[in-house]
Amino acid sequence: MLKLENAQITQGNFRLSADLTLEPARNYAVIGPSGSGKSTLLGALCGFIPLSKGRMLWKGTDITTAAPGARPMTMLFQDNNLFPHLSVLQNVALGLRPDGRISATEKTVVMDALARVDLSDHIQAKPGALSGGQQSRVAMARVLVQARPLVLLDEPFAALGPALRNEMLDLVRVMAAQTGAALVMVTHSPEDVRRIADEVIFVEGGRAHAPRPAAALMDDPPPELRAYLGQE
Amino acid sequence: MAQSVVPINPVILSRKTGISAAFLVLALILLALIAVLSRAEAGTGLGAGDWAAIRFTATQALCSALLSVLFAVPVARALARRRFAGRAALVTLLGAPFILPVIVAVLGLLTVFGRSGWLNVGLEFLGLPTVSIYGFHGVVLAHVFFNMPLATRLLLQGWQTIPSERFRLAAQLRLTPSSMFRAVEWPMLVQVIPGALALVFVICLTSFAVALTLGGGPRATTIELAIYQAFRFDFDLGRAALLSVVQLVLAGSMALIALRFVPSISVGGGLDRVMPRWDARGGMQRLGDGFVITVAALFLLVPLAAVVLRGLMGLPSMPPTVYHAAGISVIVAVASIFVLLALALPMAGWIVGRRAGGVEAVGLLGLSASPLMIGTGWFIVINPYADPFDFALPVTVLVNAMMALPFALRILVPPMRDTVQRYGRLSAMLGLRGWALWQVLLLPRLRAQIGFSAGLTGALSMGDLGVIALFADPERVTLPLQMVRLMGAYRMDAAAGAALLLLGLSLGIFWICDKGGRWRAEA
Repeated sequence: MLKLENAQITQGNFRLSADLTLEPARNYAVIGPSGSGKSTLLGALCGFIPLSKGRMLWKGTDITTAAPGARPMTMLFQDNNLFPHLSVLQNVALGLRPDGRISATEKTVVMDALARVDLSDHIQAKPGALSGGQQSRVAMARVLVQARPLVLLDEPFAALGPALRNEMLDLVRVMAAQTGAALVMVTHSPEDVRRIADEVIFVEGGRAHAPRPAAALMDDPPPELRAYLGQE
Repeated sequence: MAQSVVPINPVILSRKTGISAAFLVLALILLALIAVLSRAEAGTGLGAGDWAAIRFTATQALCSALLSVLFAVPVARALARRRFAGRAALVTLLGAPFILPVIVAVLGLLTVFGRSGWLNVGLEFLGLPTVSIYGFHGVVLAHVFFNMPLATRLLLQGWQTIPSERFRLAAQLRLTPSSMFRAVEWPMLVQVIPGALALVFVICLTSFAVALTLGGGPRATTIELAIYQAFRFDFDLGRAALLSVVQLVLAGSMALIALRFVPSISVGGGLDRVMPRWDARGGMQRLGDGFVITVAALFLLVPLAAVVLRGLMGLPSMPPTVYHAAGISVIVAVASIFVLLALALPMAGWIVGRRAGGVEAVGLLGLSASPLMIGTGWFIVINPYADPFDFALPVTVLVNAMMALPFALRILVPPMRDTVQRYGRLSAMLGLRGWALWQVLLLPRLRAQIGFSAGLTGALSMGDLGVIALFADPERVTLPLQMVRLMGAYRMDAAAGAALLLLGLSLGIFWICDKGGRWRAEA
């Protein structure tokens, strides 16, 4: 499990505090108003933004200052999830080895992952030649081979249409369930929360609140969440 | 939702190697300077001739910069608002003088404007007095030939940054040409002209080959040429040292000032785009633009055509030494490319990783430090231990790479910064570091810019006539130097043949590198 202990992130005048625990194999939705710091929270978890106070523990080990690549997590960004000059195969292979030089056995792992996302026919294609949905699936195949205990999603499917988006969310959920990974997903949509999340982290007023059970929270939101959701 | 961009630099690039490369460049220059200073005797001071050289250097650079930019304004304006067949070719041609070997262009200019050149033959035929290309106006003419196209390209870039809405608005308001100029074009020019002036001025300050061939004598000697003469003919190391310091301070301070103005150099840069314009449709304006474009094209093309024509005729009379020299030049150019890349890539990575770009100033030292000073300095350093002439080619390679360094950094740094911003987080998350980061991300993404920098370095090095002139001996002669010797011996046919060969090699090495960088490149 991942623990944020009295953590604080400071960026200029902006401050975000968090004191929460993430359990394995659970799906978390991160919701909150624009500019409340949802992406900042994910960036801090991943090691792109340093904590100004507090610490981060993974199974009891302090990883507060670990490099992004050395943390037990991987992240799908809003865009630029793939290197455009590398083929599908090379992009996924990077998830196994940073220099992309994979052995024969490692190649079967990569091929399996690509088969799982239904892209076995496109392994030599460059990302530019693929559709938006296919590009998302390549990135997911890489997440699959990385097999990290935590998968963070920073609205990676925001540019896709509703049907494709739901398809991707289902795929992510199935894959996370298979690898036993926890999902942490930033979203704006209450539907997404109901579709995928077990628990909700509400970010608002400079605070990332501890996770609360999704169904109960969405059925009976506290006033701030109610205001955000637009429910009177 | 507007996500705030995460303001952190997720990857650390080549900090140590970058610092080492910058340190090496600094050491190379400073050691040379110290060596030269150690020979400078106190109290010698600058003679009247030296002051004349300083005055001449500043005056000719100022005139060259002013005239280049003055002519560039109407040419860029005409190119910006006209479409015609061959426009793209002409814009490409504007980039040619920058990689043209100086000595080749000088031969072309001599053929057209020289004592018995085409112009004077025509003037004589008409019974008019002839003109001389030697001296102050010859030096300025050659500098304008090199830098007017460069200035034109910079200004054209400026015209292209004017939003098309401005032209639409101007068309709706039916602005007259003069109010159009005042409202739309002049504000842009005010921003771009200082940079163009500064760049041309700095380039002309350290001019050597032009002054060597078209100048000379007490009234037309640049500082760089004076250093050469002090070293080569008088072997007066003290004077050479003093002049080198003057040169370093003068050009260095000007380059530092220029760094604030000089725009970044883009590859290809979309200069062939023509914006739809609704102004300047009158007959006189069309005629004027047509005239300006024709004159500019002739000014560029006629000397180049002269080189090709004379060269073709001269090819058979070239002595075998020319081919030997050509071989050495190719080796020097290729070696310079490797040294340049070994210096520029880590330095660019280091600069990208920093918030402030002050480190680029180290690159500028390569432009402002006199190549002849560095050559002289290393001659003094090596002399007690070994025969300096044995090191003529390695020193030439190093100096040539350093001269290209400021340009390479200007080409590499902006796209590298962009690449890191875009893919830095992904790379960090995948654990890409060190060599793997270069191999997987940076080298493939920057192929076009690396190819362009390499081509520029190769062409500049191929055509360079600097350090090698100091160390010249019969065994180690580069093609430009061999050409000068043939010209000095009045074997003009053979020199013309060598010029054509040099032209082909320079453009060839540029073309190979530049094309190689773009070959099968992904967008």
